[in-house]
Amino acid sequence: MELIKLTIDKKSVEVEKGTTILKAARQIGIDIPTLCYFSLGDMKIENKPGGCRICVVEVEGRRNLAPACATECMPGMVVRTNTIRVLNARRTVLELILSDHPFDCLVCAKSGNCELQDLAHKFGIREITYKGEQSTYRKDTSPSIIRDVDKCVMCRRCEMMCNDVQSVGALSAVNRGFMSVVAPAFEMNLEKSVCTYCGQCVAVCPTGALTEVDHTRQIIAALADPTKTVVVQTAPAVRAALGEEFGLEPGTLVTGQMVTALREIGFDYVFDTDFAADLTIMEEGTELLDRLGKFLGGDKSVKLPILTSCCPAWVNFFEHNFPELKDVPSTARSPQQMFGAIAKTYFADKIGVTRKDLVVVSIMPCLAKKYECSRDEFKHDNNPDVDFSISTRELAALIKQANIDFKALPAEDFDNPLGESTGASVIFGTTGGVIEAAVRTAYEVHTGKKLDKVDFEELRGLEGIRHAEIDFDGLKLNIGIAHGLGHARQLLNDVRDGKSEFHAIEIMACPGGCIGGGGQPLHHGDSSILKARQMALYREDAEKPIRKSHENPFIIKLYEEFLGKPLSEKSHHLLHTHYFDKSTKITVE
Amino acid sequence: MAKYNQHLLVCGGTGCRASHSDAIVESLNRALVERNLDGEVKVVMTGCFGFCEKGPIVKVLPDNTFYTQVTPADCDEIVAEHIYKGRKVNRLLYTNPENQEHVSDSKHMGFYRKQIRIALRNCGFIDPENIDEYIARDGYAALGKVLSSTPEQVISDLIKSGLRGRGGGGFPTGLKWQITSKVKADQKYVVCNADEGDPGAFMDRSILEGDPHSVIEAMAINGYCTSASKGLIYIRAEYPLAIARLKVALRQAREYGLLGENILGSDFSFDIEMRYGAGAFVCGEETALIHSMEGHRGEPTFKPPFPSESGYLGKPTNVNNVETYANIPVIILKGPEWFASIGSEKSKGTKVFALAGKINNVGLIEVPMGTTLREVIYEIGGGIKDGKQFKAVQTGGPSGGCLTMKHLDTPIDYDNLIAVGSMMGSGGMIVMDEDDCMVAIAKFYLEFTVEESCGKCSPCRIGNKRLHEILTKITKGEGTMEDLDNLRNLGQVIKDTALCGLGQTSPNPVLSTLDNFWDEYLEHVTEKKCRAGVCKSMLRYVIEPDACVGCTACARNCPVNAISGERKKAHEINQDICIKCGACVEKCKFNAIFVR
Repeated sequence: MELIKLTIDKKSVEVEKGTTILKAARQIGIDIPTLCYFSLGDMKIENKPGGCRICVVEVEGRRNLAPACATECMPGMVVRTNTIRVLNARRTVLELILSDHPFDCLVCAKSGNCELQDLAHKFGIREITYKGEQSTYRKDTSPSIIRDVDKCVMCRRCEMMCNDVQSVGALSAVNRGFMSVVAPAFEMNLEKSVCTYCGQCVAVCPTGALTEVDHTRQIIAALADPTKTVVVQTAPAVRAALGEEFGLEPGTLVTGQMVTALREIGFDYVFDTDFAADLTIMEEGTELLDRLGKFLGGDKSVKLPILTSCCPAWVNFFEHNFPELKDVPSTARSPQQMFGAIAKTYFADKIGVTRKDLVVVSIMPCLAKKYECSRDEFKHDNNPDVDFSISTRELAALIKQANIDFKALPAEDFDNPLGESTGASVIFGTTGGVIEAAVRTAYEVHTGKKLDKVDFEELRGLEGIRHAEIDFDGLKLNIGIAHGLGHARQLLNDVRDGKSEFHAIEIMACPGGCIGGGGQPLHHGDSSILKARQMALYREDAEKPIRKSHENPFIIKLYEEFLGKPLSEKSHHLLHTHYFDKSTKITVE
Repeated sequence: MAKYNQHLLVCGGTGCRASHSDAIVESLNRALVERNLDGEVKVVMTGCFGFCEKGPIVKVLPDNTFYTQVTPADCDEIVAEHIYKGRKVNRLLYTNPENQEHVSDSKHMGFYRKQIRIALRNCGFIDPENIDEYIARDGYAALGKVLSSTPEQVISDLIKSGLRGRGGGGFPTGLKWQITSKVKADQKYVVCNADEGDPGAFMDRSILEGDPHSVIEAMAINGYCTSASKGLIYIRAEYPLAIARLKVALRQAREYGLLGENILGSDFSFDIEMRYGAGAFVCGEETALIHSMEGHRGEPTFKPPFPSESGYLGKPTNVNNVETYANIPVIILKGPEWFASIGSEKSKGTKVFALAGKINNVGLIEVPMGTTLREVIYEIGGGIKDGKQFKAVQTGGPSGGCLTMKHLDTPIDYDNLIAVGSMMGSGGMIVMDEDDCMVAIAKFYLEFTVEESCGKCSPCRIGNKRLHEILTKITKGEGTMEDLDNLRNLGQVIKDTALCGLGQTSPNPVLSTLDNFWDEYLEHVTEKKCRAGVCKSMLRYVIEPDACVGCTACARNCPVNAISGERKKAHEINQDICIKCGACVEKCKFNAIFVR
């Protein structure tokens, strides 16, 4: 490791070779403002196109100003980050960006959470010197994501996420100069593109150019309708992040407060998607053992590895990109959809409410879930199993609207029967969690022995691609884990080419899994927030009295009373699905 | 091989072809056949002669007679008189504007006298589609010489020669080669930047059309020196003739074993592919060019890393411009000392310029570095058209600066031009006279950069748009003193903060005109006056009452009925209605209507 000495604002600093001026300055407490720059350092995700020019600094001996985010430190470099020349340049550039930005702050979804607004505030901009024409572009609304590119500052973070991290390739810059925007190919609508709705573009957008479709108004309307019984389910990753929206430390678990808040808002039943996650394990785990047994028995018609199917963006991804592999993933529906199907049959019957008078709402860390509940195969007589899905951020807004003092709320328990869950289901919210939960159950079912230790540390972590070998009493099970669709693509290429040696692979579309979902509170590039959320889920798992899905008493009861056994005909009908070839070639309108 | 007594060289550059030089070749051949002279005289279509103002050009060898503005109809006479009877066709000869005498040999013309043609050495002399003619002019001898020496020796010679990049940046070419050669990689690339995009510039196009082998030879030399086995020519698709001739040249070079495996029996293998650009100006910037070649959006990325370290497909890539390459074979054959003896202290050799605008001799010229602007404009360019006053000269293309009278004696080289607020650029040179409004000129160039900005960085994407808007406001007569301050600050910030060369230089036309023509800006803003009469909204057509006889001709011809007055009494123009079309001025027989 080569060390370099330089001076920034008359302070000397020593950094590793290859360090940028921006990072060197932060090392000594000088926070150079940035806009397009974005980094999730621990996940090797970095966006530094050097496009916004907000972070410019003066480097002695250099003709023009240098972007601190992209300029590497050199030995003996003398950097000034706050000369009049620098401050004037930054201010002018910011005013230019603002001059081509709608002044919609009052009604913008990002207001209060907008990096451009923060900069304008920090720089004390009170009027725009360089007024002029503003670029305009049509608004594009898809089932999950709204593109309002008039608010785009061309930071290209979404493009980096969509292409470099997710390998989806739905978004890239089009047109030239003042007319340039980030858009799908041929400026199609997002809905017609290869977008998976993973929402990572929304998660990193510094402004209101990319936001989620807001369903909170429909939910308020349903709650206000006396003829409707409104049921809510909350995904595991939500409880580990919701508190951030109310100023709590990242990683604070707010499960009980969340339940109380939902009750106060007026939901008739507050249930847990975790219950459905336990159900997923029953079905998916049994499917795994079934396929594995047949495969090892020499049945050539059975394909391995089995791939998890709880992540809707991942499902969209393989439907678009690997349609030839569509019989490889598990047919088990996602927990959200399993919950919806059970709520609108088993539970509706129990409380004597018709399907159409039961409204199922889900709180998800995810934007693809909005699309998932609109899929035709998850509807019955045009009535969806899950009526509305809102993100963690939307729930926070709903709680704030209802003037609930969230931090002061007492903790309450979920309702039953769809509110009971095990530790195995809680960790669905992080990369590695689904497969760990599956292993806990599959092991015991396969071997007939009780697990001494339910923590499979070898499956945990934040590495993009991980693999582990689990000993099923002599049977060595090869397990692969990928999070981030770019990593998923690498594993999928191997599966397609017949080179994969895994028996089972867990895939989550978002970096970190659902804790880093597109619907979560914005982390603004702070990867320690993702780690804290992950730790919170493992903590909740460890504290649960029951930590294996098949031991959930209400799951046992559900099978006894209603479903029979895993992979039964009723299960197939309600809890499994099939996939489509969506690799339609692009047609230009 | 047939031996000819005489040659008729016909300019086959894009300009002269547009004036039917194809038909001239046909007519000359027909006339020769008719007189049974086709076995003795050969008609050759060459590249550009440079003197475009007087094109199409036909030159007779060996007596060097230079015929100008030839039409297909003149061909019979040229053959009948000059070839058959040995009498020059005087009416087609160039006339010296000073003494009205005919000049037969081009070397005695003012246009050519101060030129030294190195990069253009074969343009207008050989048939670009015939490799033998290139070889006869020592073509590929440099490649042969290089293959028997070491890359280090060649690079060291190139460094000694002092050759700097002719694309505009002026980076020492030898040094660039050295950096690329020292990077270790399994694959390296040699790229020729032929994405010439300055409005009105055609230096590179002319070289590729007139002498494509000089570029191919130099790229092979570059490949040998940097251990690259693959060359790529990035050329704009709007250059069909250059593309066609390059394709012919590449095919011929392969047939002769000058490209391909084991060139000239050595261990060195090298071949060249063509890549077409869609005409984006920014793709002339090397990182944008490389992205475009890779199939990505043509936009620049931050340097470092430089292409020499990580370029095409992430491999070390040496990018040089067409004119730079064209110089290299000559440097190798004649030696670095010879090249370094030409030019100024820090800028060696010559530079090709596309001379355009309000100048008598429009065309392509090549002059030694250190030649003054005055020599170029008045001696080579023959001064300003129609005897008007010189006002400014714009060098460096759309992002260069406008220089004025006081800069005329500046010797042209990289450093001098930057010192006076302009730049060398790739060689555009546009001359302006008293009829040009400098605010409107600045606006014109900004229009170009606004159109051509890739949109990646905010200063260029939005800043140039704002500069253009302010300039539009000023030319409409709505400018304020605050606008002038804003222009300067904004221009300086864009220059200081933009990502690539395009953005960093795009405010130059504004900043240089603010510096050199401040009075004109002031007049536009404070007096709402455009002295050149270009900014329409500031013009006022006024009838001088004393001169007006009341003939009513103006009133009858005004298309918008803006003129009123009684017969035989002075008329008046209603300024609110007048559309400034100028019809009244044309109709007035008494010179009573003035533009103010």
